[in-house]
Amino acid sequence: MTVLRPATLAAALAARSEHPGALLVAGGTDAMVAINSGRLRAEVTVDLTGVGELASWSRSGSTIRIGSGLTYTRLIAELGDLCPGLAMASRTVGSPQIRNRGTVGGNVATASPAGDALPPLVAAGAVIELASTDGVRRVPIGAFLVGPKRSLLAPNELITAIELPVARGPQQFSKVGPRNAMVIAVCSLAVDVDVASRRVAVAIGSAGPTTLRALEAEAVASAAIDWTTGALGDADLARFAALVAQAARPIDDVRGTAAYRRHALAVLARRSLGWSLEALRRAVA
Amino acid sequence: MVNGTARVADGVLESDSLLTMLRERLDLPGSKGACEQGECGSCSVYLDGVLVCSCLVLAAQADGHGVLTVEGLADGDRLDPVQQAFIDAGAVQCGFCTPGLVLAAHDLLGRHRDPSDLEIREALAGNLCRCTGYEKVLDAVRLALARRSR
Ligand SMILES: Cc1cc2nc3c(=O)[nH]c(=O)nc-3n(C[C@H](O)[C@H](O)[C@H](O)COP(=O)(O)OP(=O)(O)OC[C@H]3O[C@@H](n4cnc5c(N)ncnc54)[C@H](O)[C@@H]3O)c2cc1C
Ligand code: FES
Ligand code: FES
Repeated sequence: MTVLRPATLAAALAARSEHPGALLVAGGTDAMVAINSGRLRAEVTVDLTGVGELASWSRSGSTIRIGSGLTYTRLIAELGDLCPGLAMASRTVGSPQIRNRGTVGGNVATASPAGDALPPLVAAGAVIELASTDGVRRVPIGAFLVGPKRSLLAPNELITAIELPVARGPQQFSKVGPRNAMVIAVCSLAVDVDVASRRVAVAIGSAGPTTLRALEAEAVASAAIDWTTGALGDADLARFAALVAQAARPIDDVRGTAAYRRHALAVLARRSLGWSLEALRRAVA
Repeated sequence: MVNGTARVADGVLESDSLLTMLRERLDLPGSKGACEQGECGSCSVYLDGVLVCSCLVLAAQADGHGVLTVEGLADGDRLDPVQQAFIDAGAVQCGFCTPGLVLAAHDLLGRHRDPSDLEIREALAGNLCRCTGYEKVLDAVRLALARRSR
């Protein structure tokens, strides 16, 4: 194995195009687990941690551009106000050691159905920026994630950034697991309330081949909420929760049964939208 | 740079982790290897001042960066206050998890003036103790905090 250590994005893209099969390593919290267990062998490895351009974020108007190499720890410290849902999800990832090293880009590239950064990004309608020596393309995250650990990333491409809007209202992320830390989600849920355009978006994690939107539930909630007061009737909230559970496509596995996941998602949906609307009512009061 | 000294390691395989390099090439066995999956924290070190699992860092990724291991924590014969608190609180049984826990506690004290019990637990969540002596570890952290605020 040869390790290439580009110091600029241009050099990283050149390395990627010269060695299309090369293994990219950012924080290594997924890649090194596979290498250490002998599941992964690469002739050529490209270390992305020396590429400064990837490790920062910026704001332009109402859009946040998160470099793929931004760690969870920095995201939590620096983007808690602008992207509260994503920051909440980041806080649930692993341990301090994992959050200090793991990156959002690595989570998106791994494309695990249990990736915790994915539900808030899907709910917010994030766009993945992909670059190669041929140029740059932008793909909505819903299209980028095509299945369990499968994405549209081409062998000569890098994820350079993730773009998402500054929060347009309350956001929530919640996750079910056997411990308060260091757990892969049994199921998870992100709620994104867009007050200006009067729409609720919901994304479901770890209960389908990839992160799923719950479009019917979103439509029902968006129509039923009284947007001037933030009020929502109990029956509508229950209907919303049931539709979220219906939108899931869970399986039975070692972490939980499909039936448990559906049940838990309904509970998370009811609570998350409830908390979000409470925050909205406080804001309008 | 390891513990303040420039070090050159020979015979490092490109696929080696920082943990393997420290233990097997640089004669620094303080950092422990157990799971090599990021789950147990016994391999914790500082990389450029940031607490990481050294089993998840490629040795090559540390080239040109600063590493601080548990061996570099004491000031000569004077133990770091966190190390002393672990001894005084009796927070060590077999000691396998101790280097990682000492570093995680040290990192917490560096980031927080007055962490709550919940914040202490959160800071140590990535460190497993097979002897399950967690209460004494919490005592040690509280002792180090109390001594610092005196
Ligand atoms: C103990 C432990 C606990 C964990 N807990 C959680 C958790 O609670 N929730 C969760 O979601 N995840 C968790 N993870 C998984 C992991 O930490 C995350 O998926 C993390 O975001 C991966 O980022 P990384 O930078 O470490 O990725 P790496 O391991 O460096 O890379 C991961 C994959 O992405 C590719 N890649 C990386 N960067 C790019 C890029 N810029 N462009 C294209 N491809 C790229 C790599 O080639 C590799 O295939 C945990 C891992 C461990 C070891
Ligand atoms: S050996 Fe690194 S976390 Fe267990
Ligand atoms: S003291 Fe034995 S593993 Fe913690």
